[in-house]
Amino acid sequence: MSEFLLEIEGLRKAFGALVATNNVTLNVRVGETHALIGPNGAGKTTLVGQLTGEITPDAGRIRFAGRDITGLTTAERARLGLARSFQITSIFPSFSAEGNVALAVQATEPHSFRFWHPAEQIQRLREPARKLLADVGIAPLAQRTAAAMSHGQHRQLEIAMALATRPSMLLLDEPMAGLGTEESRAMSALLGGIKGRRHTILLVEHDMDVVFQLADRISVLVGGRVVASGSPDEIRNHSEVRIAYLGEDEDEFAGALNAQG
Amino acid sequence: MKLGRRELLLLILLAIAVVLPPRLGIYYVRFATQIAIYGMAALSVDLLLGYTGLITFGQAAIFGVGAYAAGMLIVSGFTNAFIAWPLAILASMLATLVIGALSLRTRGFQFIMVTLAFAQMLYYFAQSLRNWGGDDGFSTRRRNDLGFLSLENHETFYYVVLVLLVLVCWLTFRLVRSEFGMVILGIRDNERRAAAIGFPPYPYKLAIFVIAGGIAGLAGALMANHAKFVSPSVLSWQLSGELLAMVILGSANSLIGPILGAAFFLAFRDMLSDYTEHWMLFFGPLLVARVLLMRNGIWGTLIRATSGGETPREPKVDFPETGERVAAAKPEAGV
Repeated sequence: MSEFLLEIEGLRKAFGALVATNNVTLNVRVGETHALIGPNGAGKTTLVGQLTGEITPDAGRIRFAGRDITGLTTAERARLGLARSFQITSIFPSFSAEGNVALAVQATEPHSFRFWHPAEQIQRLREPARKLLADVGIAPLAQRTAAAMSHGQHRQLEIAMALATRPSMLLLDEPMAGLGTEESRAMSALLGGIKGRRHTILLVEHDMDVVFQLADRISVLVGGRVVASGSPDEIRNHSEVRIAYLGEDEDEFAGALNAQG
Repeated sequence: MKLGRRELLLLILLAIAVVLPPRLGIYYVRFATQIAIYGMAALSVDLLLGYTGLITFGQAAIFGVGAYAAGMLIVSGFTNAFIAWPLAILASMLATLVIGALSLRTRGFQFIMVTLAFAQMLYYFAQSLRNWGGDDGFSTRRRNDLGFLSLENHETFYYVVLVLLVLVCWLTFRLVRSEFGMVILGIRDNERRAAAIGFPPYPYKLAIFVIAGGIAGLAGALMANHAKFVSPSVLSWQLSGELLAMVILGSANSLIGPILGAAFFLAFRDMLSDYTEHWMLFFGPLLVARVLLMRNGIWGTLIRATSGGETPREPKVDFPETGERVAAAKPEAGV
């Protein structure tokens, strides 16, 4: 197997005259945390959609673990080991927290056409689910109906669900979105712990503190194109990146850069 | 075994169903039979509406396939129910497999329209069967038998239908709590999420569609036996709508709710149609009142009334990504 787990090659997607993904080539190495940043409207969401299979690209290829997955469905990609969290909370609201994760554990089995035994009593699913809830720090809420949990807890639950499928790669779509200060700190510690376990992560994130703290490599998306790709230090000093961000969000980016540098 | 409120309430309802109708006379035995049959059909609609989030407007057509299959078999001399009813179920499941395979490629509003279109096709196909009475339908003249047991007696037939209804309830109860059931509920809650963790929605939706079709087919076969008469009206879209009304009246996302809904619907129609043929004029507002006043339907209200005002937790969180969900999210699979 090559050193790259995810290889994106010449990917292109246009909506009418708007080219949202413009000839994107990007590689994620095995075991690295690769951050994808870019100002609003840079095409991050469209790119994520193409990686998960919800949006079909006009041109280009996506290879995952050495296999061309460009034509595969979302579920097929998930079963190959590409797990994701959602930018906007996406859980099963009527299930308990444990039920949410147990269903994700169940998804790793070859099929679920088993019609007889009550799922709640199957320890093969429930035990890993409880363990994962503990890992992300919401074990006491296992029996809580997911809809009744807070936004921050939902985000933790999403991470547990993504990990439950035992993925070879995690695609985290803005895991910090909408979190308060305290919740942010907990989430960034959680992500640090996941990174420490040598998971391969593609992190799409706005929070520059988290990006520069966690990422081994960073790619910058502007106007649908990757304008820079490199180590945090290289990105920090990259002129085109500075220009792109200065036009968009001067204070935030400059502030984050200076704080780091 | 410790009996909860829910179980106790179910036992009382079952006891009423067993004891009451024969005491009230033959008219009510036949009326209760009708309730049990429509209740079974409504339950199949609820598996799709309440548990999977699929609104189908074609379930009556599947019910009709079961009725026609059973009716044709009786007339052709296959009177043994152990042969005829499984064949009727099989015919309905095959019909749903074809309809589902095509219609489940669409979603939401399109899905409703496609199921309706298929139902209308079957309706007009039944009308075109000239050897089977065409528009007028045909009389089966007698019922199936259980080999050792004739079902011509209305009471005997009622109890057989009741046993089958309880059996179907028990099987679906197991089904919705199984691993398969969890996938179905997951798809209802959030289809996009279900796909993202690795469940392809299509084969699971198709499977529950076919299972629900089998149940509707059995109900149809029983209806052919009950009325000893089959006509295209059993496939009509009006019946599909009535089944949906029964489910909504009784409570979607519970297995007993649709049966209670069928009972109220039929009782209401029976009473009002003595006074006016425009009974729908009064039924409409009732349905609206149910939606406005009893959020969990008749069954939900019964449960709450017997539990001293304890409100079942019903999520009120707004999930933008689950806009297609039909039934309000409730705690996992109630009875």
